[in-house]
Amino acid sequence: MSDLWAGLSQIGVLLLCLAAAYKPLGDYLARVFTSERHWKLESGIYRVIRVDPDSGQRWTTYAAGVLGFSFVSIVLLYLLQRLQAILPLNFGRGAVDPATAFNTAVSFVTNTNWQSYTPEEAMGHVVQMVGLTVQNFVSAGMGICVAIALVRGFVRANTGRIGNVWVDLTRICVRVLLPISFVFAILLVAGGVVMSLSSGFTSTGIDGMQHTTALAPAASQEVIKELGTNGGGIFNGNSAHPFENPQGWTNLIEIFLILVIPVSLTRTFGVLVGSRKQGYTLLSVMGALWGLMLAVIWWAESHPNGPAALLAGGAMEGKESRFGIAGSALFAGSTTGTSTGAVNAAHDSLTGLGGGGALLNMLFAELTPGGVGTGLYSILVIAIIAVFLAGLMVGRTPEYLGKKLGRREVTCSAIAILAMPALVLLGSGIALLLPGIRATMTNSGAHGLSEVLYAYGSASNNNGSAFAGLTVTNDWFEATLGVAMLFGRFVPILAVLRLAGALAAQRKTPPSAGTLPTQGPMFASLVGGTVVLVAALTFVPALALGPIAEALA
Amino acid sequence: MTITKTPEPEVEPVQANEKPVARAFGPAQIAKAVPDAVGRLGPRHQLRNPVLFVVWIGSVLVTVFAIGQLITGSGQPGFSIAVALWLWFTVFFANVAEAVAEGRGKAQAESLRRTKKDTVAHKLAEDGSVTEISGTDLDIGDHVVVEAGQAIPGDGDVIEGIATVDESAITGESAPVIRESGGDRSSVTGGTTVLSDRIVVRITTKPGESFVDKMIGLVEGASRQKTPNEVALTILLSVLTIIFLLAVLALQPMAAYSGSQQSVVTLTALLVCLIPTTIGALLSAIGIAGMDRLVRRNVLAMSGRAVEAAGDVDTLLLDKTGTITFGNRQATELIAFGDEQALAEAARLSSLADETPEGRSIVDLCVQRYGLAAEAGEAEQDGEFVPFTARTRMSGIDLGARQVRKGATAAVCAWVTEHGGTVPDMTQACVDTISAQGGTPLLCAELVHGRAVVRGVIRLSDVVKPGMRERFAELRAMGIRTVMITGDNPLTAKAIAEEAGVDDFLAEATPEDKLALISQEQEGGRLVAMTGDGTNDAPALAKADVGVAMNTGTAAAKEAGNMVDLDSDPTKLIEIVRIGKQLLITRGALTTFSVANDLAKYFAILPAMFAGIYPQLGKLNIMHLASPTSAILSAVVFNALIIIGLIPLALRGVSYRAVSATKLLRRNLLVYGLGGVITPFVCIWLIDLVIGRLIGA
Amino acid sequence: MRWFTSVLRQTGAGLRLLIVLTVILGICYPLAVYGVSRIPGLQSNAEGSQVKLDGQVVGSRLIGIDPVAKNPAADPYFHNRASASAKGALGPADPSTSGGSNLSGDSTELRGLLLERKEAIAGREGVTPDRVPADAVTASGSGLDPDIGPAYAELQAPRVARVNHLDPDAVRRLIAEHTAGRQLGMLGAPTVNVLQLNLAIKKLGGSHGR
Repeated sequence: MSDLWAGLSQIGVLLLCLAAAYKPLGDYLARVFTSERHWKLESGIYRVIRVDPDSGQRWTTYAAGVLGFSFVSIVLLYLLQRLQAILPLNFGRGAVDPATAFNTAVSFVTNTNWQSYTPEEAMGHVVQMVGLTVQNFVSAGMGICVAIALVRGFVRANTGRIGNVWVDLTRICVRVLLPISFVFAILLVAGGVVMSLSSGFTSTGIDGMQHTTALAPAASQEVIKELGTNGGGIFNGNSAHPFENPQGWTNLIEIFLILVIPVSLTRTFGVLVGSRKQGYTLLSVMGALWGLMLAVIWWAESHPNGPAALLAGGAMEGKESRFGIAGSALFAGSTTGTSTGAVNAAHDSLTGLGGGGALLNMLFAELTPGGVGTGLYSILVIAIIAVFLAGLMVGRTPEYLGKKLGRREVTCSAIAILAMPALVLLGSGIALLLPGIRATMTNSGAHGLSEVLYAYGSASNNNGSAFAGLTVTNDWFEATLGVAMLFGRFVPILAVLRLAGALAAQRKTPPSAGTLPTQGPMFASLVGGTVVLVAALTFVPALALGPIAEALA
Repeated sequence: MTITKTPEPEVEPVQANEKPVARAFGPAQIAKAVPDAVGRLGPRHQLRNPVLFVVWIGSVLVTVFAIGQLITGSGQPGFSIAVALWLWFTVFFANVAEAVAEGRGKAQAESLRRTKKDTVAHKLAEDGSVTEISGTDLDIGDHVVVEAGQAIPGDGDVIEGIATVDESAITGESAPVIRESGGDRSSVTGGTTVLSDRIVVRITTKPGESFVDKMIGLVEGASRQKTPNEVALTILLSVLTIIFLLAVLALQPMAAYSGSQQSVVTLTALLVCLIPTTIGALLSAIGIAGMDRLVRRNVLAMSGRAVEAAGDVDTLLLDKTGTITFGNRQATELIAFGDEQALAEAARLSSLADETPEGRSIVDLCVQRYGLAAEAGEAEQDGEFVPFTARTRMSGIDLGARQVRKGATAAVCAWVTEHGGTVPDMTQACVDTISAQGGTPLLCAELVHGRAVVRGVIRLSDVVKPGMRERFAELRAMGIRTVMITGDNPLTAKAIAEEAGVDDFLAEATPEDKLALISQEQEGGRLVAMTGDGTNDAPALAKADVGVAMNTGTAAAKEAGNMVDLDSDPTKLIEIVRIGKQLLITRGALTTFSVANDLAKYFAILPAMFAGIYPQLGKLNIMHLASPTSAILSAVVFNALIIIGLIPLALRGVSYRAVSATKLLRRNLLVYGLGGVITPFVCIWLIDLVIGRLIGA
Repeated sequence: MRWFTSVLRQTGAGLRLLIVLTVILGICYPLAVYGVSRIPGLQSNAEGSQVKLDGQVVGSRLIGIDPVAKNPAADPYFHNRASASAKGALGPADPSTSGGSNLSGDSTELRGLLLERKEAIAGREGVTPDRVPADAVTASGSGLDPDIGPAYAELQAPRVARVNHLDPDAVRRLIAEHTAGRQLGMLGAPTVNVLQLNLAIKKLGGSHGR
């Protein structure tokens, strides 16, 4: 089979798996967030944490919960790293330095999982399991909570209550993330992913040389790293490392895990708002853009243009032979489209166009199909802006899913959309003014600029993948990227929850022939067009000096 | 917005039902707007519009740089001056748009002001004595006497007498109207003139808050506030502006890193081209023009919010009588029990002297269908007319021995029996059928040779105005549900509702029912529009999202509604809805166009900026623009000229057809979205041809 | 103020929930997976798929560390891909860490490295530099790629046969045996596991370890 057909079949199998999971998982998620019943374990948790699971919260309380939880998460994760020296299973890896600890704490709590450290050298197993794995779960859970709260805003009418954040978070962890993670963790071990509590093993090679190979409790974290669109590797090589991603089919499973919740959430959305077509429409936008960016990356990697890649005879720098070009492109397109940030190839070594595609995929504001929860609410706020403009063009005060889009709704959506470009542009603009900036880059020229742009794009979008040639261990980067992650995460979240509150308080307007239909191909292309236009208009000047200049060279 | 008085305002007579002028915008209007537009170039005026404020700052910045370059002789002062000039033009053109839009309102306000000349009021004391005081000293509740030839000193209700009034000062309609005490035609407006008779008016508004004062404020735009939708759009535009501001700010360090630091002039040019200047410049003009379009149709919206709400209306409550049907019932059919011609003759005869509309419609029918004479013949003129009375409940004519009667079934039956005739069995069935179908049956009988004979039945029906069905279908396509309100019984109402093609009806409606219906619709999340004139309509008018009061109506009704129709034409509601929709569509279309333009501007400016350091970016210069300077200048020039180019559209409004939302969107996306992408490519290329040659020469 | 107390109360609840979830997700869950991974059949995977020869760990099936010949002129081994963690242009990777070079396609540094590797490999295999395949000279994303493409194995076969005094056809057969096609016919790319191939050569009577 040729590379092309093998790659296409691989994509076909992936799509089939996603299609198979779409309905059951989407419906299950809808039930999780609408069920009146509490599981025994959950009731126990509510008793321990002393909350009334049956009381609804206003958006302010919900937001206070999200912020409060995230705050204590950052503090605890920071402390855990700083106290690593006294923790068991640290293998002599001492306290993490303050800047890195702050950056890492923020990074994992914001679902970014950007890593400015080398895990094999910096993080012991306790920090990995008790600290990082937990945040892999709960930060993903928070994203879904916020998305569901927004959907409730559309569904409910004449109420200020948008759900209970503690119930939502507990349920998503206990009923969804934990069971799926457990099953797939075992499957990954069967595929060769390590799950060891030792720090490594020593071998004497056939050439007589001694080597120590690092080990870690990888499988349990690997699953949730993908499933929760987190992306922080337990090894520095991330999913390129053979112990995280040993073979072709584990690669496919990891890509499947990355995509399955963001994709299925559109079904959940459709079920909850009472029109599955609404969900299909959003999914088609996500899917089309995902496919487009995948095609760009795949084509670019198969047709490299850089002088080095041409000399080598193929764009294999930074790629694993067991995945090939197609398997690497598929992973790159999926990880950047979902705010995951796990990588199975070094993105910095992607071609100009391929790397630019990965970057742009993030700059679409992470909705192709986006992170768990974040993808859904990101595309919903974009849809609100699209509906607003299109709604005007049909001569009515725009309404989406029966809710009118007035000043408050547009303001919230606009703020949610504004945060990311502002952080990326300001962050990379200021960074490029730093005197020592060139020294932090592995590459120079247009690609060097791409490294900086990618760093802030990744942090602000809570992606976490990197053009890792950029040395980000200086305090400036650690601090500003940390801030970019924080604001990139919580500004949209606050705006979205405010939006949810405003929508829930509205009465519901029944649709009529004069209402803009928010389903079907035309609306889908409208939303897709808005996504592309907003990203293109915002970032084209910057991209022109980075990836575009490199790609056209 | 600040209103600066134009030195010589154009005074145009206000025409009733004036059609939108095709040339809403021409050299004459611009010439008039220029002084105004220049006066608005200061920063204070621009602060109100975030997009234009950024342009203004940019203009100042570039001007300062251009002057600096001129003095020091560095850089490209020629290029900088050209950019500065065109940036100022951009601000100026935006001001022109606004000034032109306001200019029309001002003209009308001026003519209204002239009606506000100081009037003398003849105040009537309780003891019947009359004192002469100034119109401005009147209080609410005062009674004034107005006689023929006098101007009515203030808004109020007629409480005594009947008079013809010339209201042309307000409505533009020269035919005098009748105002009388009691009923729904009691309202008079200050500044109008009594032509005949004498009336006593109870003043209902304070001087200075009168209807004319309100009108002046409205048409002038002095009391114009941003509507909710306009505010939302402004926020969106501001956010876009912020994003582009950041994009351009961040570009400089990136350019510097790449080894090609950009001049302030170039960066400002890029920024101004990217931010949504087109819609930013035209936004307020669109709003003013929308109000103006209503005024031209003699509708006064008390707030822009009401106009917007009109576009959103889901449910339209329409009174049956006068709106859907002609005011009176008309004869539509003759059902003969024997000789049809004989029935026609009898019917005609009985109605010849009947001056009621019903009577006249019977004659008309006989003339049209049976070829009978419209006027009474010589022999017939001698006949003795028997008028309708509440007691007899019939009317007719006695021509010697020949007696003809028509009237209520029971009355005519009694008359027939009394005169020795028999009522055919089929009579009752026939009458019941007509009633069931919503008509009114009139039995027609004749006394021939001493014996009464029932000739047949005349069917009187409500006649639906022509074209109503199509209009309702149109409304349905727009997503608007029409509900007919009538005092008729459900059976009658249903028949007419079906004939007219309304979606629903409310029969035997009382004002309370109307109010309840509105509440019910609103609770379902629908926006309701209605018209009304009577005092008992006032609560419903106030409750409705769009309440259009008829100018003929009572002061209470006019106070309660948020629009007043000076022509008192209830079908105008449909027109109002269209204008509301058109207003929103124009905003949306121009925003889309404005944003879509940016694509071409990138293709013009980015290669111009960076092809020097990255020659490969020259591939993006797909328009093959002559040089970097001409490329940037062309984009800036296009950006300014497109504002002028779109002013007519902003004033006229995007053309609107009543089709489903999907079709409408597809069309507008194609025209303004795709058109917005393509147009600038062509225009910038053309402008560059000119500029490139100029620079090259 | 009311919002502030609300934030405080919610933060308190959040802290309690975080602790509870840490116990469930950070302790119970990984330990449960760890427990299951002790099942025979899974355990060897969980501990890194170690490969033993005569009872001694020689490496991991999944980790590629380029073997170093004692005498470069008589190099008996199949070689792995280049690694970013190697000390020289070519050489053994450091498996205690991982990662790629992060050099871009337009990097002159990478170009120089590639030229150097190409020359070195061409010289080692006695071929012209243009015959050296892409995967041979490029470093993988992990730096620990256990596999090479069949073409690179093919390129090395004559030398390995010669130095080990083996029949070239036997070596080619071994390569074929150790070539894994695409999984399910489509996943990934065809690969040859270098460690296992070298072990097979050794088993065949090669001169490994001499």
